[in-house]
Amino acid sequence: MEQKEYKSINKSVRKKDAMQLLLGKAVYMDDIAPDDALAVKLLRSPHANAIVREIDTSIAKKVPGIVDIYTWEDVPSTRFAIAGQTYPEPSPYDRLIIDRHVRFVGDAVAIIAAESEKAACRAMKLIKVEYEVLEPVLDFRTARDNSVLVHPEEDWYPPCEVGGDNRRNLVASDTSSQGDVEAVLEQCHIRLDRTFHTKAFNQAMMETFRTYTRLDRYGRLHVVSSTQIVFHCRRILSRALGIPKSRIRVEKPRIGGGFGAKQTAVCEVYPAFVTLRTGRAAKLIYTREEAQIAGSPRHEMEIRVRLGADRDGRIRALDLYTLSNTGAYGEHGPTTVGLSGHKSIPLYTGGLEAWRFGYDVVYTNTCAAGAYRGYGATQGIFALETTVNELAEKLGIDPTKLRDRNMVREGMRMPAYYDETANACALDRCMEHCRKMFCWEEKYPVRDMGNGKVRTAGVAMAMQGSGISHVDVGSATVRLDEDGHYNLLIGAADMGTGCDTILAQMVAECMECDVEDVAVFGADTDASPYDSGSYASSTTYITGKAVEKACGDLRKKICAIAAEMMECDVEEVAFERNQVRSVKTEQTVSLSDIAYRTQAFSSKSAEASATHSSPVSPPPYMVGMVEIELDRLTGQVTILDYMAVVDCGIPINPALARIQAEGGIVQGIGHTLFENVHYDRKGCLAESSFLQYKLPTRLDMGRLRVEFENSYEPTGPFGAKSIGEIVINTPAPAIAHAIYRATGVWHRELPITPEQIHVNIDIKP
Amino acid sequence: MEITIKLNGKNVTAHIEADLLLIDFLRSHGCVSVKRGCETSNCGLCTVLMDGIPVLSCSVLAARADGHEVQTLEGLQEEAEEFAGFIADQGADQCGFCNPGLVMNTIALLRENPDPTDDEIRAFLAGNLCRCSGYDGQLRGIRNYLDSRK
Repeated sequence: MEQKEYKSINKSVRKKDAMQLLLGKAVYMDDIAPDDALAVKLLRSPHANAIVREIDTSIAKKVPGIVDIYTWEDVPSTRFAIAGQTYPEPSPYDRLIIDRHVRFVGDAVAIIAAESEKAACRAMKLIKVEYEVLEPVLDFRTARDNSVLVHPEEDWYPPCEVGGDNRRNLVASDTSSQGDVEAVLEQCHIRLDRTFHTKAFNQAMMETFRTYTRLDRYGRLHVVSSTQIVFHCRRILSRALGIPKSRIRVEKPRIGGGFGAKQTAVCEVYPAFVTLRTGRAAKLIYTREEAQIAGSPRHEMEIRVRLGADRDGRIRALDLYTLSNTGAYGEHGPTTVGLSGHKSIPLYTGGLEAWRFGYDVVYTNTCAAGAYRGYGATQGIFALETTVNELAEKLGIDPTKLRDRNMVREGMRMPAYYDETANACALDRCMEHCRKMFCWEEKYPVRDMGNGKVRTAGVAMAMQGSGISHVDVGSATVRLDEDGHYNLLIGAADMGTGCDTILAQMVAECMECDVEDVAVFGADTDASPYDSGSYASSTTYITGKAVEKACGDLRKKICAIAAEMMECDVEEVAFERNQVRSVKTEQTVSLSDIAYRTQAFSSKSAEASATHSSPVSPPPYMVGMVEIELDRLTGQVTILDYMAVVDCGIPINPALARIQAEGGIVQGIGHTLFENVHYDRKGCLAESSFLQYKLPTRLDMGRLRVEFENSYEPTGPFGAKSIGEIVINTPAPAIAHAIYRATGVWHRELPITPEQIHVNIDIKP
Repeated sequence: MEITIKLNGKNVTAHIEADLLLIDFLRSHGCVSVKRGCETSNCGLCTVLMDGIPVLSCSVLAARADGHEVQTLEGLQEEAEEFAGFIADQGADQCGFCNPGLVMNTIALLRENPDPTDDEIRAFLAGNLCRCSGYDGQLRGIRNYLDSRK
């Protein structure tokens, strides 16, 4: 493995915005929105499936401070998708800004624009709506070919062929396979057939969805939004509002967390519509309740795993079928589901002889799902890893050793992962390292603590990708300034992850300067070079490579200008940190002089832009082990120790990589043990606030340990792969495993609450 | 109604509506560090000090603060800076949206208990949610700060 000594790479540099954030400066959307912005509020449907027969806003409009109220009659009739995806989007065009047909409890019925939020809320109560209430489809298991259609409209349109059919409530459908799965399963000594259920967990980023819009000095629509996807957002707004992209500018300030939620343009279209209609600045901030009931949560999935293995634990066949619930609209429906198989099955490339992966994605009358860290892989890995743990327990083989026999290793071609080769894979070392540090041999046995509580451990592996192969595009512009420092312009979105800093570290490494000497700007569709946006674990890997390429070009340009200044051949000069030297004459010119030179008597710029896309998406890998204490009387699970070892290639910033891992693990603990999602018979979400939707607190995560096993990814910048998403994938299967060890019961539905554990202990023979 | 609040050391008098929440009063008076995360007193983002005691400003009427002293992070920059850099060194600021509430409650903790144990830190800050960091980096930062003073 290549291990270079770097000056700025693989260093735990402080985030560039850290002190601004920690000292509470005005950096978020609502801190910088103009005071005179109109308050925008949405009247939302109380019904899961209904047609608006009559809507009367005349009385509401008389409330002092109301500027206007818009209903389905006022908006354009072109359907669009709000998923932040590269054009043409796999997600169907199934939305209107306001649709007469409302499809979930929380769907928009009217847009209220008022001088104050208070006036808007008062008016909301005075809008009279007569609904024709229709029967909803709430259980996704009954959605396909149900007589009730979520999208019966004639103008439903899928920009890509993904196997969907709105007359069947079907958003996407596909099957892929290799080898004869049924035949290999038939030959196996042991076959497991298990079904799992995961729910529509909420990202619950601390800053809810929010956007303000205004007309800029050219009369264009200027959108300042908490978004991960400025360029996709511009394209979405253009189609939804029916105005050219050249009339729209989308900018992101600091973002108070995204986790994929803000990879969908959840709220942008409403204030934008108000600004276009009124000519005034407008601001929409979702309440926590709105973010819970009308956000963009994880896709609920039911996953059936069929696994065939030999007596010695060699896994020979895997067959996965996923039913995914996209909710009322299809954002990210056709794509999230793919990861449930394509980023779980390849973990067992080792001895796999045949595999099959099929899926259906269905509409229901529940909150539309979207992108959430892990993006389907989280669900698939919970199902497959739990099945593998059951295999190990049934065979009496240590589950870590069973994995040693089957896991993907460096150099293997992965047929279930688009035939890519694992060029950088330290999964085997992650397992060995984790087993040792965690003291697996001591913690795995069930230990009765003598007080009704038992302690034991569980394990899981995970993988993800690094960007979407061929599709994701990252760009960077690097410019020399007159101090000899650099400006880095990007279209990727730092949402707290630290990518502004990580990409600046790459500039510093390439240009031999300090990280402080790199000023980062992003992201703004008017000023940034094109970038798909920050999602799919792409920024470090894809945009990072663009930064590396841009810096290479800039060095050449700087040397050419210097050679001209020193009147020598460009081959005779050497770039040296803050100057360029002629190797023959020892003459030097400073970067500052070079920058000034570009500002007069010059037609050369000290600026370079580069764009990058990758034909592969190298997976990061990890192993997670958890020790729990389970109270057999109450079903209470306490996490004592969580140990994770991650292979993300070369970590560019180990401190930030560690925090990503710790944060992802705690988020994973949340959906495994606490965060629940229930719809009642009318389609109302019970967990509509943090009173019911319980995020883990700092008392819920026990001891957390994260270490790295580096590999070197040849196609990544400085050997890097990704880290952002993979880290949420191990808690559910590892904790479910430990709970089985403690109780003898496999829980195949998340979350696993004390009630579930208690009830199942009681019915155990 | 008219209220007078000693806000970050200065007396501020304002006419307010009776149902105005303290968080909205503070934000409209330039204290944008005060963040709203949940509206149900669950997240700790809107923590400010009222007469030196940490309160959730989303659950306090502005009228209740009449005649009291309120401090936000805008008024406690130096005290915050002492330890905030240690959290920054861990990368635990992350998205930053929960940071002001966390920093305010940490100030309250350190005033009350200048040398807390890790468990005391966790217990005192339990009401401050963070969705990014997994909490451990925040703890390491505060611990490193405390150790640096020894």
